[in-house]
Amino acid sequence: MSILFVLIPLTLILVAFGLWAFFWAVGNGQFDDLETPAWEVLVDDEPRDRDAEIVAKRE
Amino acid sequence: MKKTGGWRLATGASSGADATGTLEPGRWALVRSAVDTAPASRTTAARDGASAAPTSNLRPAASHCFHCSEPLNGSTLTARIHGRDEPVCCAGCLAVAELIAGAGLDDFYRFRTAPSARPDADALEEDAWAAYERPDVADRFVTRKGELNTVALLVEGLRCAACAWLIDRVVSRMPGVRKFDINAATGRAYVEFASEALNLGQLLRTIAQLGYRPYPASDEAVAKVRQEERRSALKRLAVATFGMMQVMMFAVADYAAVLGGETMDPQLASYFRLVSLLVATPVMLYAGKPFFLNAYSNIRARTVGMDVPVSVALLLAFVASTWNTFTGIGEVYFDSITMFVFFLTLGRFVEMSARHATTAVTDALTRHLPPMAHRMHSGEVQDVPSVALSHGDVVLVRRGEIVPADGVIIEGDTSLDEALLTGESTPVRRAVGANVSAGTLNLQTPIRVRVTAIGEETLLSGIVRMLRRAQSQKPAIAQAADRAAAKFLRYVLLAAGAVCAIWLAVDPSRAFEATLAVLVVACPCAFSIAMPSALAAATGALARHGVLVTNADAVESLSRVDRVVFDKTGTLTRGEVRLQKCTQLGSVPVAECLRIATALERMSEHPIARAFADAAASSHDADTYRVTNVRVAPGRGIEGEVNGRRYRLGRADYVAELRHDNKADSVADEPFATVTLGGEREALAEFTFSDTLRDDAPAAVEVLHALGIETEILSGDVPSAVSQVAQRCGIRTFSARQSPEQKLQHVQARQASGAHVAMIGDGINDAPVLGAAHVSIAMGRGAALAHAAADIVLIAEHMTALPRAIETARRTMRIARQNLAWAAGYNFCALPIAALGLVPPWAAALGMSLSSIAVIMNARRAARATKDAGSGNGTRRGTGAAGAAGSRHSALTRHAAAATARSTAAVARQNALASAATPQPPAT
Repeated sequence: MSILFVLIPLTLILVAFGLWAFFWAVGNGQFDDLETPAWEVLVDDEPRDRDAEIVAKRE
Repeated sequence: MKKTGGWRLATGASSGADATGTLEPGRWALVRSAVDTAPASRTTAARDGASAAPTSNLRPAASHCFHCSEPLNGSTLTARIHGRDEPVCCAGCLAVAELIAGAGLDDFYRFRTAPSARPDADALEEDAWAAYERPDVADRFVTRKGELNTVALLVEGLRCAACAWLIDRVVSRMPGVRKFDINAATGRAYVEFASEALNLGQLLRTIAQLGYRPYPASDEAVAKVRQEERRSALKRLAVATFGMMQVMMFAVADYAAVLGGETMDPQLASYFRLVSLLVATPVMLYAGKPFFLNAYSNIRARTVGMDVPVSVALLLAFVASTWNTFTGIGEVYFDSITMFVFFLTLGRFVEMSARHATTAVTDALTRHLPPMAHRMHSGEVQDVPSVALSHGDVVLVRRGEIVPADGVIIEGDTSLDEALLTGESTPVRRAVGANVSAGTLNLQTPIRVRVTAIGEETLLSGIVRMLRRAQSQKPAIAQAADRAAAKFLRYVLLAAGAVCAIWLAVDPSRAFEATLAVLVVACPCAFSIAMPSALAAATGALARHGVLVTNADAVESLSRVDRVVFDKTGTLTRGEVRLQKCTQLGSVPVAECLRIATALERMSEHPIARAFADAAASSHDADTYRVTNVRVAPGRGIEGEVNGRRYRLGRADYVAELRHDNKADSVADEPFATVTLGGEREALAEFTFSDTLRDDAPAAVEVLHALGIETEILSGDVPSAVSQVAQRCGIRTFSARQSPEQKLQHVQARQASGAHVAMIGDGINDAPVLGAAHVSIAMGRGAALAHAAADIVLIAEHMTALPRAIETARRTMRIARQNLAWAAGYNFCALPIAALGLVPPWAAALGMSLSSIAVIMNARRAARATKDAGSGNGTRRGTGAAGAAGSRHSALTRHAAAATARSTAAVARQNALASAATPQPPAT
């Protein structure tokens, strides 16, 4: 059972990290708008811009 | 490349509008619901499948406008989208569609899920935004930081996420824009731009050209506070959740040992306690902070709130547990502490989300006033900011402009749309000497107004103030509940004190434990979530059915309602004018009269023209009629030659003049409901118009009666119209021509005689009376200010949602009462046992958790019962997490519903502003 003396602090560190990440996300406005971003993934990039980039790369 | 995009957009729009600016006959778009167009998208599915063109989520039928899904009404305009010529109904839609396609953003039409709002052709042509180009106006809204400007905008007319995407694409491309964020749910946008490349006016104009209505937001402070509140509540909830899960993990080991009759390794046990302390500390100090602060302010105010015993129990338990952790003797209660904090935090978060989702409109007032006014100064017109006006100034209000201040007309004779103030859709004629109010829309001829009241003195501000006062006087059932809870909590504190004293006398070593047990057991944890959890479940379920509950008290009030008072316009009726009856008066058949009238009205911009066009939609013969020598008599009618014969259409006396018959047979009571068509020799026909009744209104009223609820109409309309609606709905009691004050008095009189009143309205004039009623219900398409005052918003365009909501509310309250009984029963049964010191810590903690979970599970029935087939999602798992997930789920649903409500409201108001929605005097 002595492994618990290692594992539990490890979980606590992971929990602390998770909380820090969540705080960062909240502070960054990630939870302010739960609707718009869900749609953004469905929208393609503009082909024109992409073409322009490809052309630019080739040149 | 990116930089030029914005300019190309801007020029494309203006040329589009110029080329076709005057063609459009049906500019007065009648308010239509998105629902109306749903079947339209189905009919073309087959056509889409066959062609190679990209399919869209929403594709209007061939006879409807590609952009806004309104009927084409004979328009032959087309816009080229996705390489195909698509029909559009008006110059406004054409300009917007061409602008979108010209910018290569055709994809908008594939992603949108709702038809776009019909743009106002006038708003596109006239430059309402030039005022914002002036630094003195822009500075009121823009925050400067060096070369970088930041501005917050509110955009109306967003109907789905594709709209946000479209605006994002277009604005991000404008030169000088550094950063652009838009929230599709709230319509709130933040723009950062370089001041030398762009100004506020250009920014607003570009968004307006896309068919939306942007406003600089003036309620930024409120929005910021709200965002901060939400963010910190989320953080607290996260800390409480994580902490609770961790501590429970260690506690379960302890429970298992006790249940199995074994003892834990003492070293491990004290290690667990130490770790629990470590985790519980941030939960106490961070997540629990609001409770302690509340309790502190309660005590300072010498009252006992829910937070006082909560704080006392938490502090006692925490201090004792910490002490016991270090001494190694006695019990620890970290599991109880963290779970307690978690449930309380969750409850508060759900409550806060509900509150935020509703009060989206805070600066409705400023949005209704124009930023600039045309001030007359020694014969010249000066454009000045509206705030710079003072008493005695003379301002010019052109056609289609909003009156910037209260005043008296000194020149001009026009009709005004006062719907924003009165909620009644019929435009009102105002001549020289008449008073006009800020916020009303000038529909006909330019007028000059001498300013008599500005800013806070205006009628509009007065109504807002009246609303606030009414809200503060609201009979709050919650207050009674709070008083009862405070009384109960006082007894709990007294009981705990008594138990402590008795044990100190009997056996001092057990005094602390017993006192704490009493506090924990009696602490109304399940009790405190009994009501909110049932309400949250119910509001979630109602939101899915298109009934948005914006005030948690509303469900309780709704369940007690025994009288429903309707405002007629826009609630029982649709707020659209329809041709109801044609009576033949002369020798010409009715159908022919209709065609003549339609042809004549086609020359007019009058809203009744639209009703004629709709009525004559099947017969296109009117198109071939040649109309010449048209003369418009403002407020009286229209005269013209149709196929060489002279006709007049309008008020009966005006029409009679043409045949030199001066006998006044005009119907004085209802000047706008009846229109006469006459030739030079005889009167030909009489057309009667009416607002159409909602199809399901009679059914809804019937169900209300079946529920034992009385119904009543309080309307500002003319008596005949009101009685007709009342009769058709089966409503026996009605009052017509009611002013806002009279409505308020009427409702208050009803309340004084013991009735529990629910008021349904949709205009700003209804806001005070909405605020005073026990339950206020606003229609989803009504004025935004009415929403602000309403407890419930009916987003669903069917009235039957109302009786269903009442049924749900009653069932919810039944469940809530069961919950309360269970929780109270548990508390009272456990209390004596705890007082006797017979409750072991694990049993107290487990009992408390199970009791809470039982309450949440039961509460979920409130939501499930309204669904057709309950999914039972998570209900069988029997864990706290499942219940919690359920509550969160409903909170999210409500959030989404709130978004819908907001955009619906925005659209409705836009339409109202843009098109002066409904009837008007028969002649222009």
